Amino acid sequence: MSTADDAGARMSRAQRIKPSSGSDKLFELASRSAAYFVLILLAGIMISMVIGGWPAFREFGPGFLTSSVWDTQSEQYGAWPAIVGTLTTALIAMVVGVPLSLGIAIFLTQLAPGWMKKPVSTAVELLAAVPSIIYGMWGLFVFVPLFAAFVQIPVSSLTEGLPIVGTILYARSPSGLGILTAGLILAFMIVPFIASITRDMLEQIPTVLRESAYGIGCTTWEVVRYVLLPQAGVSIIGATMLGLGRALGETMAVTFVVGNANRLSASIFDPGSTIASRVANEFNEALGMQMSALIALGCILFFVTFAVLVCARLLVARVGKI
Amino acid sequence: MTAAAPTASAAAPLYVVKPFVSRVSAARRARDKALKVLSVVFTGLGVFVLFWILGMLLVKGVSALSVDVFTKITPGPGTAGGGLANAIVGSILLTAIGMLIATPIGVLAGTYLAEYGKASKAADLVRFINDILLSAPSILIGLFVYTLLVLPFGGYSGWAGGVALAIIALPVIVRTTEDMLRLVPGQLREAGAALGAPPSIVIRHVTWRAARSGMITGVLLAMARIAGETAPLLFTALNNNFWFSPTLVGGVSNLPVTIYQFASAPYDNWQALAWAGSLIITFAILGLSVATRFILSKGN
Repeated sequence: MSTADDAGARMSRAQRIKPSSGSDKLFELASRSAAYFVLILLAGIMISMVIGGWPAFREFGPGFLTSSVWDTQSEQYGAWPAIVGTLTTALIAMVVGVPLSLGIAIFLTQLAPGWMKKPVSTAVELLAAVPSIIYGMWGLFVFVPLFAAFVQIPVSSLTEGLPIVGTILYARSPSGLGILTAGLILAFMIVPFIASITRDMLEQIPTVLRESAYGIGCTTWEVVRYVLLPQAGVSIIGATMLGLGRALGETMAVTFVVGNANRLSASIFDPGSTIASRVANEFNEALGMQMSALIALGCILFFVTFAVLVCARLLVARVGKI
Repeated sequence: MTAAAPTASAAAPLYVVKPFVSRVSAARRARDKALKVLSVVFTGLGVFVLFWILGMLLVKGVSALSVDVFTKITPGPGTAGGGLANAIVGSILLTAIGMLIATPIGVLAGTYLAEYGKASKAADLVRFINDILLSAPSILIGLFVYTLLVLPFGGYSGWAGGVALAIIALPVIVRTTEDMLRLVPGQLREAGAALGAPPSIVIRHVTWRAARSGMITGVLLAMARIAGETAPLLFTALNNNFWFSPTLVGGVSNLPVTIYQFASAPYDNWQALAWAGSLIITFAILGLSVATRFILSKGN
């Protein structure tokens, strides 16, 4: 209550006599405008992407989405390899990252002894605070050489000549860079987000439900599978899509390790590029139609992530943390 | 649950009590075991990666640290020696500009959501869009600010970089401000109003004060978020190897872009500086995050 008393003492006589002063209106107007500014900002980003990319969309039409040509000499641009690269890296990140995140959330809520919860939670959340460029450095200088020596080379020699597998998992030049490497680094980057939201969701489930399941003799697996996951299912899908939104737009770490090749390869061991890495690499040197094509790529990325994030937010419905 | 029931004593062999575990079939036990083992392994992997990254930064970064790193400017291509002084100062400056723009707008917007808008349709929409903005790809914000502030004004500038960082910080501040203000009990506001204070006075002198530590936490969190951002600076502040102009027009050197440019360069001193920069920026940000957590746990 003491804060309220202070406020009373601080008020000037005029303020007490005239409660609805001009400054009061002004403050409300300022805060309302600030809130609407957020809306204007997102609309502004959307409009600037559409306007900036318009020349490329008009020039190449729907073929911009499906063309694989990216030729600065003849001014021909197509988005297909970058779109495929973006979706493939994000998909790999989800396939690896989601089970990891669920495992961590289950450990933190069901298995960890009390003293371990806080430090492990903090460690996982700090993983989210590490800047993406540092993931890029770690990826390029530590992960890539190990990945080339212990995964790409042995796997390539195993799969060489095999049908299908020999195409998808074969590195022509096992440099360690490539779509799969980028996907794996992305997986570690999205784990903290998915894991902490899932943990919060699991913690909100009433203990009674868990205890009754254990009471009728369920194992931990059965409690998780038949009680916790169905209860938290929708929001876990939401959390996953939030992670997907991040994976699609992540730039720096991917640019370091994806290999930045403009052509499309059937092998996930081969270098490729994503929309974000293409923009990061070429935008500063781009002029005219190339710049427009890059903004058009950005526009595609905007609408894809926008759709994913809208679904995610509708499913998660405001969890305690980001 | 898995503890064995007491076995039948030798004195009464009329019936044998089977150990309790055997009632849980092997398949169920195996599945349960697999879940537990995988959970532990996955958590271990996550924690291991954090320490792996920190260890890498310490090993490669500490050996590259020297007084020169903090006193000399970034070297040109093929020039020996050099430091990161201009990049460090530039980064601090850009972050400060970003926070100075984002903090007032973010606090006011968060205040609107918690105190004025509440459950109205408009407030719900702002909340929803703010959450989208929170996860929007940062490179798109770089492109947006490029078309807004770099193209029309004819060149890169620190101001464009600061604005790009502000756009990333803003939704974090809006979100935490609203959450923190909502934790303030309604009686405090009522007490203020009962004294005859108009809403704006109640908010500024009662609600904000009560939520102060939480709001500061939000601002610090936003700062930690933007301090390491690289992608939005690539097309706005860019970078350079000199002291930037005091008007901040032209490229403004900053740590993240310097790290990006130096890391894969063929010069040994550039690579060493990239590691030193990575060490500085990561530990600054992690320090900030840990400090934020500390303030938050004290506040509760």
